[in-house]
Amino acid sequence: MNWLTNYVRPKIRALVERRTTSVPENLWHQCPACERMIFHRDLDANRRVCPHCDHHLRVGPEFRFRELFGEDGFERLTLPQVPVDPLKFRDSKRYTDRLREAQQKTGAQDALQVAIGRLGEVPAVVAVMDFAFMGGSMGSAVGEGLVTAAREAVRRKAAFVVFTASGGARMQEGMLSLAQMARTIVAVTEVKEAGLPYIVVLTDPTTGGVTASFAMLGDIHIAEPGAVIGFAGARVIEQTIRERLPPGFQRAEYLLEHGMIDMVVHRFQLRDTLVRLVDLLMRPVQTATVGAPEEELAEEEAGAIELALREAADD
Amino acid sequence: MLEFEKPIIELEGKVKELRRLMQGSELDLGDEIARLEARAARLLAQTYSRLNAWQKTQVARHPDRPHFSDYVRVLLTDFTPLAGDRSFGEDPAIIGGLGRFRGRSVLIMGHEKGRETEDRVRHNFGMARPEGYRKAVRLMRLAERFRIPVITLVDTPGAHPGVGAEERGQAEAIARSIATCLDLRVPIVSCIIGEGGSGGAIAIAAADRVSMLEHSVYSVISPEGCAAILWRDAEKAPEAAEALRLTAKDLLELGIVDEVIPEPLGGAHRGRQTTIERVGEVLARQLEQLATFDGEELRRRRRHKYLQMGRLAAV
Repeated sequence: MNWLTNYVRPKIRALVERRTTSVPENLWHQCPACERMIFHRDLDANRRVCPHCDHHLRVGPEFRFRELFGEDGFERLTLPQVPVDPLKFRDSKRYTDRLREAQQKTGAQDALQVAIGRLGEVPAVVAVMDFAFMGGSMGSAVGEGLVTAAREAVRRKAAFVVFTASGGARMQEGMLSLAQMARTIVAVTEVKEAGLPYIVVLTDPTTGGVTASFAMLGDIHIAEPGAVIGFAGARVIEQTIRERLPPGFQRAEYLLEHGMIDMVVHRFQLRDTLVRLVDLLMRPVQTATVGAPEEELAEEEAGAIELALREAADD
Repeated sequence: MLEFEKPIIELEGKVKELRRLMQGSELDLGDEIARLEARAARLLAQTYSRLNAWQKTQVARHPDRPHFSDYVRVLLTDFTPLAGDRSFGEDPAIIGGLGRFRGRSVLIMGHEKGRETEDRVRHNFGMARPEGYRKAVRLMRLAERFRIPVITLVDTPGAHPGVGAEERGQAEAIARSIATCLDLRVPIVSCIIGEGGSGGAIAIAAADRVSMLEHSVYSVISPEGCAAILWRDAEKAPEAAEALRLTAKDLLELGIVDEVIPEPLGGAHRGRQTTIERVGEVLARQLEQLATFDGEELRRRRRHKYLQMGRLAAV
């Protein structure tokens, strides 16, 4: 019977969730990969990469924005409201209750957040999915957020960068969530047709309807080391097909080997890589700017100093 | 035989037996037969007028339901199947080709589940691999080059979950196929004839017009899968089917599909020819309506349609 699983699982889950959400009262984290303990300050200083085994822990939108743009270098985009619970969905819990819990837990409206800033010289709109919010699942709100972000990129002639982290479509919104696959594809197509780069950073985990829509249509695909990326879940494949899964299956490195992504980039190099890429794509001719070379240099220097300061603060 | 059809089929069996008895004797069982027939018909009408979502799911999966190949046989002349994705292989889970529909060239494609056991295995039960979706993209582009409209018939439990499929980019193949549907500058009309299983279905169904047969279903996840995840109990599939709102009527209300095509009494498997002809009527009418738009306009409208899905004003 499953009274046992019913009884035990939520408890275990609560423990896991408490561990992964940022800095609660407990000062030590356990690395989900090597299971060694990490002091929370060391983990933050190491950009939430395990200092023992280099495992990249899951991080949320706020973290990404700060990493890319610095503490104050970005402006958040307000996302439009969407219909709440169009299906009046209820399983063991009401969908509206699940939503409210996720909102309380993350402090966010839904599983996608968007910010505008600069990557080097280039304006960028960055959308980040939050796995902590109902598994980063894509419903109408995520779709709306992505459409809004893509249009903002077109309006500002900015690079469009999306960090994916999602279990797939949000079941509680039924077919409306499946329709978001088509919808988000239209959104990123508009960016590409405007001649702007659309870069996808696939983070752990990215699966299901998100992988099978906007996440796999980038001009460039970057993945964080070890990230699980795929269409069907590993368990589903094992159960339905009874195939033994090869080592490293659906990991970033495995996808690189099979030609699905361009590169696997360590979190420490991610910002520099993005800056370099958007610069190469959007500033193909680097003319020595006549008139204000000092100014540009000064700006670059300021950027370098800021970076150094930030690194110093991290240490 | 479906569980809820049992009483009807029992009655029909009795009628048959009485008729047989009557043939070899003087007995006049005419009244009795008429009475039983009327009862069977009443029961059939009653049962089918109030099928719940789970029962509809079973009707949608009925092995005798008309399949893609049946539609092609009835509706098309000169059907010429085309094979292969030109990069890895041929996937018989999706069949596609050129043919004449009411005198006009069309490109028709769809999932084929297969009929007998061997056939079903060959078609992989209608679960396509990346090659299937890549073939779909190739065929849609071919149709576009020659200004031939595209018809797709959807009948799949979902995309194939397997190691090879993942390695060869199942997610990317589906995403690219949706993107191609949305990009076409020729009309594309789609009908859900049986099971519309998630990403594997929408991959070829992001169309100008989407219709559904009355007892077909279209869902973001199978009721069994949803129950296993949200209820932690696959036995709760009937509840999940209800909650997902996957019936044609629900999806018409939610604006996901444009039209519901009535099935003969007792479901498509009890009137295959009639069902196929009705679908043919609808497809012909839709194509005629779409013929008035030029390619750019078609694409603009199609994109707009999907951009609206899940918007506040749209539901």
